Amino acid sequence: MTDRVLLKGRELAVWRGDRCLFEQLHFDLGAEQLALLVGANGSGKTTLLRILAGLGLPTRGSITWKDVAISELASEQRGEIAYRGHVEALKRDLTVAENLRFHATLWGRESRFDDVLEELKLDKVAHMRARHLSAGQRRRTALAMLKLQGAKLWLLDEPTTNLDGEGRALLVEWTRRHLASGGLAVIATHQPDELAMRGALVIEL
Amino acid sequence: MGAFKAVLARDLRVAFRRWSELGHPLIFFVIVVTLFPLALSPTASQLRDVGVGVLWVAALLSSLLALDGLFRGDADDGSLEQLLLSPAPLTITVLAKVTAHTLVTLVPLICLVPLSALSFNIPFAALPTLALALLLATPTLSVLVALGAALTVSLRRGGSIVGLLVLPLTGPLLIFGTRATDLSVNGEPTAAPLLLLAALAALAVSLGPLAIAAAVKVGLE
Amino acid sequence: MKLPRWFHQLGSPPYVYRLAERLCPWLGGLGILLLAVGGFWGLVIAPPDYQQGESARILYIHPQTAYIGMMAYVVMAVAAGVGYVWRLKIAHAVAVSAAPIGAWFTFCALFTGAVWGRPTWGTYWQWGDPRIMFEALLLFLFLGYLALRGAFDERDKADRVTAILAVVGVVNVPIVHYSVEWWNSLHQTSTLLSEGGPAMTTDMLIPFLIMFAAFTLTFYWLLLRRLQAEIVEREGDARWIRELVAEGAR
Repeated sequence: MTDRVLLKGRELAVWRGDRCLFEQLHFDLGAEQLALLVGANGSGKTTLLRILAGLGLPTRGSITWKDVAISELASEQRGEIAYRGHVEALKRDLTVAENLRFHATLWGRESRFDDVLEELKLDKVAHMRARHLSAGQRRRTALAMLKLQGAKLWLLDEPTTNLDGEGRALLVEWTRRHLASGGLAVIATHQPDELAMRGALVIEL
Repeated sequence: MGAFKAVLARDLRVAFRRWSELGHPLIFFVIVVTLFPLALSPTASQLRDVGVGVLWVAALLSSLLALDGLFRGDADDGSLEQLLLSPAPLTITVLAKVTAHTLVTLVPLICLVPLSALSFNIPFAALPTLALALLLATPTLSVLVALGAALTVSLRRGGSIVGLLVLPLTGPLLIFGTRATDLSVNGEPTAAPLLLLAALAALAVSLGPLAIAAAVKVGLE
Repeated sequence: MKLPRWFHQLGSPPYVYRLAERLCPWLGGLGILLLAVGGFWGLVIAPPDYQQGESARILYIHPQTAYIGMMAYVVMAVAAGVGYVWRLKIAHAVAVSAAPIGAWFTFCALFTGAVWGRPTWGTYWQWGDPRIMFEALLLFLFLGYLALRGAFDERDKADRVTAILAVVGVVNVPIVHYSVEWWNSLHQTSTLLSEGGPAMTTDMLIPFLIMFAAFTLTFYWLLLRRLQAEIVEREGDARWIRELVAEGAR
């Protein structure tokens, strides 16, 4: 268990027009740590996650990854952060395998994913076009893409949506494994109890 | 470089899986080109006089037709965000997307123009200049079209405004391109406007991807 | 990079507002004075042109409005660029303020050009003339900028997206300017900057230049007034504005 803090947020404030979503937000996140973002709809969970990913700047405050501001990360360091929003980044006209292969190449990783597909029960549909997948299958494919990316920091926006019990169990297990191997995760969720783990930080917006 | 090839291959693959949509701009072009003589009922020499302008305008308008698909598809399904966040520089991935779009949409269109020129009684001898002018104009056109798509990517109804933005920017292309063709029809030297088109192309290709990537980044915020 | 102090001062809306308040009377006063002097001189005193007669008096209005239109675009593009790179809201405010003024001046240039064209060359509008075409394109660029601005809900996003458009469009400005060199057409080549010194007689040159100065000052006066209104709108309920209103009420 390392004590080094990798993700730091200082005096974060976000205003949308005249409305203040949140302010004076501080947090430190180190390796093997999980942060759970909870709050009502519209409280700013998605906005905060997007800012952590680098898709936009906070109105005030700073976020650093390994002591470098998020907006100034070198491409290698950008490769260490994975962001997953509500939509799965799947091209509907490409097959599952083609989507995965593209994603792996884009992130400069190996594209061997047969065992990942098997674990997610997607091996049978590997050559089916994404438009024919069910919502649950799309979510699992997104999980596969996450695994392939091999990132150190996971930023997930309500990842349990559309997943059945088995899928959710898999997500929890994978998160646990990710943290155990030195990774970090910030997860926005409406069901914190499911994902709560020992030592998890809870940020309530 | 691997990212460039991967994005290019992916976009081409997606485009060909929806091959029925590829024809729309081409059909639009043919329709516009047909409508003009219908409206003008010109004589043979009048046809030649207006022909050059009609062809260029029709090509410009047709290129606008497919531009929404350049970024919107990726924006809607979240792929554009992933491109932005990936280790590959956005300028490179954007260039790959624009290249794919040009190959699939603009190149077939540009090939149609010289063919249609014959139906406007444009002399055969002027066709090489026309083709060259079009070729030189294509990089600038694809950059401008992509810029329009990028600037409006986050707008719900971006389609209606994009023409307003892109067409004035293509003004110089139109003016130099038609001038080159007109000069050629009259047998005069065409070096000046062609060189200007080439200069614009060089400017567009070198600085365009930066502007487009910046527009995409701001649009996704 | 380390920026000089005045740059930071210019980034503060109350400072700029007060600076504008101090400058406006001078700009406005001098501008009106010069407009009156130059206008009278050019439209009444100066001799009619030996070729074009009385209608050449438009020389004291038309080229100036065209030039100011182009200058407005450059001001807009530079301000927008600065705002984009350094994330300065005030620079974006300048760009937004310059756009409608530039559009109007460009429209006036086209209008006065048509008015000039009719008696001189027998036509209000010549479709093939490149300078007219590019000037019209400049007007469309202004309109496109304003249209794109209006399409965004969030002001911050509108600022930054339109900044990119403004900077890209600035390529059109040198093209308008130099298009006269490249074509022989209705427009004369530059009478002012040609090789043997100005090609105009002095008694026409002086009002010509006076009107240039007059229009320039008027442009900046208009710009600062609009900028003040824009600043107040953006700052909304800020304390310095409430203090200003209270001061004014006393």
